Amino acid sequence: MSDIRLRNVRKVYPGAAEATIPGLSLDIGAGELCVLVGPSGCGKSTLLRMVAGLEEVTDGEINIAGRQVNDLEPARRDISMVFQNYALYPHMTVHGNMAYGLKNRGMPKAEIAEKVGTAARMLGLADYLDRKPRQLSGGQRQRVAMGRAIVREPAAFLFDEPLSNLDAKLRVKTRVEIRDLQQRLGTTSIYVTHDQQEAMTLADTLVVMNAGRVEQIGPPMEIYARPASLFVAGFIGSPPMNVLAPGTGAALATAAGIERAAGHAVVGVRPEDLRAQPGGPLAVTVRVVERLGATANVHGVLDDGASEVIASLSGTDLPGPGEVMHLGVNPADLHLFDHASGQRLECAGA
Amino acid sequence: MVERRPLLLFIQHAVLIFGAAVFVFPIYLAFIASTHTAREVNSGLPLLPGGQMFDNYATVLGEGLSTAGAPPIGLMLMNSTIMALAITLGKLVISLLSSFAIVYFKFPFRVLAFWTIFITLMLPVEVRILPTYEVVAQLGMLNSYAGLSVPLIASATATFLFRQFFMTVPDELTEAARIDGAGPMKFFRDILVPLSRTNIAALFVILFIYGWNQYLWPLLVTTDESYYTIVMGIQRMVNAGEETPQWHLIMTTAILALVPPVVVILGMQRLFVRGLVEVEK
Ligand SMILES: Nc1ncnc2c1ncn2[C@@H]1O[C@H](COP(=O)(O)OP(=O)(O)OP(=O)(O)O)[C@@H](O)[C@H]1O
Ligand SMILES: [Mg+2]
Repeated sequence: MSDIRLRNVRKVYPGAAEATIPGLSLDIGAGELCVLVGPSGCGKSTLLRMVAGLEEVTDGEINIAGRQVNDLEPARRDISMVFQNYALYPHMTVHGNMAYGLKNRGMPKAEIAEKVGTAARMLGLADYLDRKPRQLSGGQRQRVAMGRAIVREPAAFLFDEPLSNLDAKLRVKTRVEIRDLQQRLGTTSIYVTHDQQEAMTLADTLVVMNAGRVEQIGPPMEIYARPASLFVAGFIGSPPMNVLAPGTGAALATAAGIERAAGHAVVGVRPEDLRAQPGGPLAVTVRVVERLGATANVHGVLDDGASEVIASLSGTDLPGPGEVMHLGVNPADLHLFDHASGQRLECAGA
Repeated sequence: MVERRPLLLFIQHAVLIFGAAVFVFPIYLAFIASTHTAREVNSGLPLLPGGQMFDNYATVLGEGLSTAGAPPIGLMLMNSTIMALAITLGKLVISLLSSFAIVYFKFPFRVLAFWTIFITLMLPVEVRILPTYEVVAQLGMLNSYAGLSVPLIASATATFLFRQFFMTVPDELTEAARIDGAGPMKFFRDILVPLSRTNIAALFVILFIYGWNQYLWPLLVTTDESYYTIVMGIQRMVNAGEETPQWHLIMTTAILALVPPVVVILGMQRLFVRGLVEVEK
């Protein structure tokens, strides 16, 4: 087991006017699964590829297992990577794909066969070793890519959106398998995704990125419970947090007994924290009701006519479109953010 | 889609059959001629096979046409094969390597290198024949296999095609190979070349036939009979001085000259048809 340490890592693509990553530090503990999440183009892949050695580091230092790797070739960094489109060698069999990296390291044939066999059994690929990638389903190909990564027993796994080519159901199943495998092997991992649900469920440590910067680092539940900024609040959680402008939010805050922020704070409240409350402080005209089974998302407009609100409600007596519904919230579940900077204001509702 | 109307269908087939016949008929005639005696052929070409087939082929393969001023057929067939194979393999190896360099490596004057190679497309051997002859003569390569093949190897057709193909190979594959510890040449050998198999097979056929059909260049650089190629040989038999051309034997030679290209096409066709069917979705 080994850890990964990034120190002021900077990346400026040649010819680019601005830094894609202006300077980022991150510590990933041994055996941890760290998920990088953020909107498209925020630099997640860039960061991962710098750790892999596929992209040059403009500035700063990358350590893997206590060794500075900035100038090492990818093959000598003791990492393996799973690509979004798997990047399997189309002309090699499943066995050949998994064995190639070992062969290049000069491992004896018998040992390769044993390691590939073990990995194949672990991934349920034992019957497919002689097939070519094109003779496999998408899910099987994904597992071959995983197999290629684990046979090498590297110090770290790097995943770049490894599930985005699978259908929704398989994605959930494979997500669990990846988590299980990673825990059993105890290999330090970095996992890139832009799916916040995948990020929440997989991560030991969640890193929310925005425009090349870290917005917040922490255990996923902590980030969910106490988002450090409006950006994080909007990105983590689905449906996203309701954000009420200072004037509109004031009623809610006052009703909750929070005087301090009432005038100038943006108030955030998660859809799942809202509940139906006759005479509650939020009067919402319902527009659409989405029934998801256990819960339903009620979309509506506040009586100021502008703010959209989503409430995630359970129960059966849901309002119909056009009806006015009153909602309330537990004061402890309010999030306050500074109007200008978007940063979290502490001691909300406490 | 083509509509299924009987008249249309008939016309389509008629056109196709006519086209095929136009191509096949001369070959058929050559074959017929190769099965008759000289007298039968010269007194109006028959349309049905005669009984002289084994005699003719035995004569051509065994004794050669010494009277017609050409070395034995076997030697000429071998010379042609050596020349065509040398040109084919030389062009394939050089163009695979040069397109690998152009696509995968950054080096000074890379663009210039590419354009230089590209420009040779405009300079086939016929255009630069005199200077090339001069160079080959100065290097003492007249009357040698090297003289026959090396000047024809230098051209860009295949480089250009491989470059286009390499550019379609996904970057992730290169990156996966780098992580798997494959250095550049290993990547080339283990991944790029096997992936190019279909292209290589198709080019092998095209280049082999290109080399096999060379006429002008071998004519210039060989004065020694033992380096004559089959295409030259046929030509010399036709212009055999005062004697009447021995058409039955010339046609036998022509039929024999068809065999190696046909073998190459059939052999490679299986490879590239399979390659096309197997192509990654
Ligand atoms: N090779 C490159 N040259 C120049 N700019 C690049 C290069 N690769 C990426 N970029 C830029 O760097 C930024 C970050 O790209 P990156 O691929 O890291 O985003 P990402 O977070 O992985 O996004 P996605 O979720 O869409 O994969 C983008 O603005 C992109 O345009
Ligand atoms: Mg990406």
